[in-house]
Amino acid sequence: MIGIQHYLVVSAILFVIGVFGIFLNRKNVIIILMAIELILLSVNLNFVAFSAFLHDLFGQVFAMFVLTVAAGEAAIGLAILVIYFRSRGSIAVDDINRMKG
Amino acid sequence: MAIKFIVFLPLLAAIIAGFGNRMIGNFAAKLVTTGALFISCALSWPIFAMFLSGALEPGVVPVLSFIHSGDLHVDWALRVDTLTAVMLVVVTSVSSLVHLYSWGYMAEDDSQPRFFAYLSLFTFAMLMLVTADSLVQMFFGWEGVGLASYLLIGFWYQKPSANAAAIKAFVVNRVGDFGFSLGIFGTFLVFGTVSIPAILAAAPGMAGSTIGFLGMRVDTMTLLCLLLFVGACGKSAQLGLHTWLPDAMEGPTPVSALIHAATMVTAGVFMVCRLSPMFETSATAMHVVTYVGAATAFFAATVGTTQTDIKRVIAYSTCSQLGYMFFAAGVGAYGAAMFHLFTHAFFKALLFLGAGSVIHAMHHEQDMRYYGGLWRKIPWTFGVMTAGTLAITGVGIAGVFGFAGFYSKDAIIEAAFANGGDAGQIAFAVGVFAALLTSFYSWRLVFLTFFGTPRWAGSEHIQHAVHDQHGDPDHAEVSEEGAGSDPHDAHAHGHAHHGPVTGTAGYHPHESPLVMLIPLLALSIGAIFAGYFFHDYFIGAETGGEFWKGSIAFNEHLMHAMHGVPLWVRYSATVAMLTGLLIAWWAYIKDTTVPARFAAQFSHLYDFLLHKWYFDELYDLIFVKPAFAIGRFLWKRGDEGTIDRFGPDGVAVVVAGTGVAARKLQSGYLYTYALVMLLGLAAAASWVMVR
Repeated sequence: MIGIQHYLVVSAILFVIGVFGIFLNRKNVIIILMAIELILLSVNLNFVAFSAFLHDLFGQVFAMFVLTVAAGEAAIGLAILVIYFRSRGSIAVDDINRMKG
Repeated sequence: MAIKFIVFLPLLAAIIAGFGNRMIGNFAAKLVTTGALFISCALSWPIFAMFLSGALEPGVVPVLSFIHSGDLHVDWALRVDTLTAVMLVVVTSVSSLVHLYSWGYMAEDDSQPRFFAYLSLFTFAMLMLVTADSLVQMFFGWEGVGLASYLLIGFWYQKPSANAAAIKAFVVNRVGDFGFSLGIFGTFLVFGTVSIPAILAAAPGMAGSTIGFLGMRVDTMTLLCLLLFVGACGKSAQLGLHTWLPDAMEGPTPVSALIHAATMVTAGVFMVCRLSPMFETSATAMHVVTYVGAATAFFAATVGTTQTDIKRVIAYSTCSQLGYMFFAAGVGAYGAAMFHLFTHAFFKALLFLGAGSVIHAMHHEQDMRYYGGLWRKIPWTFGVMTAGTLAITGVGIAGVFGFAGFYSKDAIIEAAFANGGDAGQIAFAVGVFAALLTSFYSWRLVFLTFFGTPRWAGSEHIQHAVHDQHGDPDHAEVSEEGAGSDPHDAHAHGHAHHGPVTGTAGYHPHESPLVMLIPLLALSIGAIFAGYFFHDYFIGAETGGEFWKGSIAFNEHLMHAMHGVPLWVRYSATVAMLTGLLIAWWAYIKDTTVPARFAAQFSHLYDFLLHKWYFDELYDLIFVKPAFAIGRFLWKRGDEGTIDRFGPDGVAVVVAGTGVAARKLQSGYLYTYALVMLLGLAAAASWVMVR
């Protein structure tokens, strides 16, 4: 029988992969966007799992909201990347080092 | 009212000259200060004359209220009595003459307004001291003269030796002033007042009581007197605290004459006389005063015999004469002490100013070994120096006429004998022997300076002067090698560099200008006649009490005994003086090889005296070196090693390190910020949950 804890473990693994995806990757900003997506999805998995487990629809509704926001965020992030690439000619993470005072 | 002008005019002049400084220029500064001093002097003599004739009664002129706190009441008030009047004429006369003399002596100095402002400031402080009605006001004047002395010793602040001497004078005086301030505190504790008349009135009632001090029960009056006497020792350069006085000769010569001979150094004697009813209540304190005075008189006189710097000889002479004054006070002859103070001020200021005139003539050479044969060149200076020497050695014939020192010093020696006690007998013997030494070193000074053959060529100062006269150094170089156009000059230089150190080096000493000679002549009048005119008033058995009017503890009984001493006592001082004169004549005129032979034969004694009994070396070892060691320890280990290391420096290092670390944090890389953000978020979340 698959219990709530299995969902949570998978979700946690996804979350950790997402977190490490953000700052272990040195190559491409798109991967960061993907990692953020992964984190959001792991959270969604939690929501849905608890929703099923507690028989409460709010969790699933919330997951829909998160998906929407994630889509919007991905769109904005990609748009920024396109602009950034036009101005700098690169979207390698190592090249993005000008964010200091 | 005149007394206010006397005291405050010098202050006003000092302020004008000091703050006006370069704005008002040399001439205005000199005129203001000297003018103020001459007015003060002119106002002082009538007061003195009125006390002489008995027309004026002692009084107090209030000026301002100062401190009113609990039982402590201190007011600024000027006390005028006989003792003050004596000091007033001494201070204002010598000061005004020194001001005038400085017109000539300091003519080439760059900062004359400063010099004259200091001189006037000193005079003001000294006048505050001598007119003090309370111990606190006396302490104000006491510190004021100390400050002025410090400023004037270090007047030529470009000279490291002058700075060192100024600091030494200040620090050594701290020791004395510490005793003095303890004495004032103790006096207030015991009597509940610092007003001098009130203290003196209450003092006899306290005789025999005891007080706790450092865990011991000691006699109250003895303790208070001795603490105050420590202050007097510091200011008056008595044995143990005398080391600053010879070094103080680094200051300009007029300063030496005014401060370190005539006035400031006598403040201790003045204080003991002012508080004489208090000292009378403690036999122990009187004995200590006597012994210290006698020891100083002897010590300084022996050292004076070997010094070669003309100013240092006179400085040790001053120290010795101050010893005389103290043991006079110690045996109870306060009148004689004040009388010697009075006459000494004239002849010692005269000797110093005369020495200044010699130094001026000899192009700032102060070493008597390079003088000789000067009497033809500077006859006026020779004349007044001789008058001063006759006065200090005490030349005179009893009942006919004598120079100033004859009356005052003989009175002290006779009073010591008449006192009768052990201390008095010792002081008498020491006094007679010191009189012999006084005569010897004083005449030695005159003979070395004015008689014999010129020995000027050995002096670097004279060499410089001669070269400067030629005006171009090349010529001097040539003549040094014996190829100069002037054969006389070449000859002199040849002597200076290859032969024995003799000859004139082609130098022509010049007599001082009139502005320096007038004060010298005025002072020599004092040195010649001060004793003859005033001895009846100061030390007369019948007239003395009337003159002093209770301002000092005048002991008529002692004065009577003093005038009735045996004939051999009366003539002992004169005999000692003649003996000293004969020895000096024999050693420095008749057979000039004697001093060298003596020094060779008794080399240990000679070294001992030449090194001033090794006092400076001893103090260096006991106080100065350990003080430096402690200071260095506290500086290196305490301050730099501990406080700085963990305090300011440590904080700075931590801040810098944190900064370096924080700088690394702000890398500009996206993932770093993301990590930090996540960590922060995680921390916040954990905190919310754990809470």
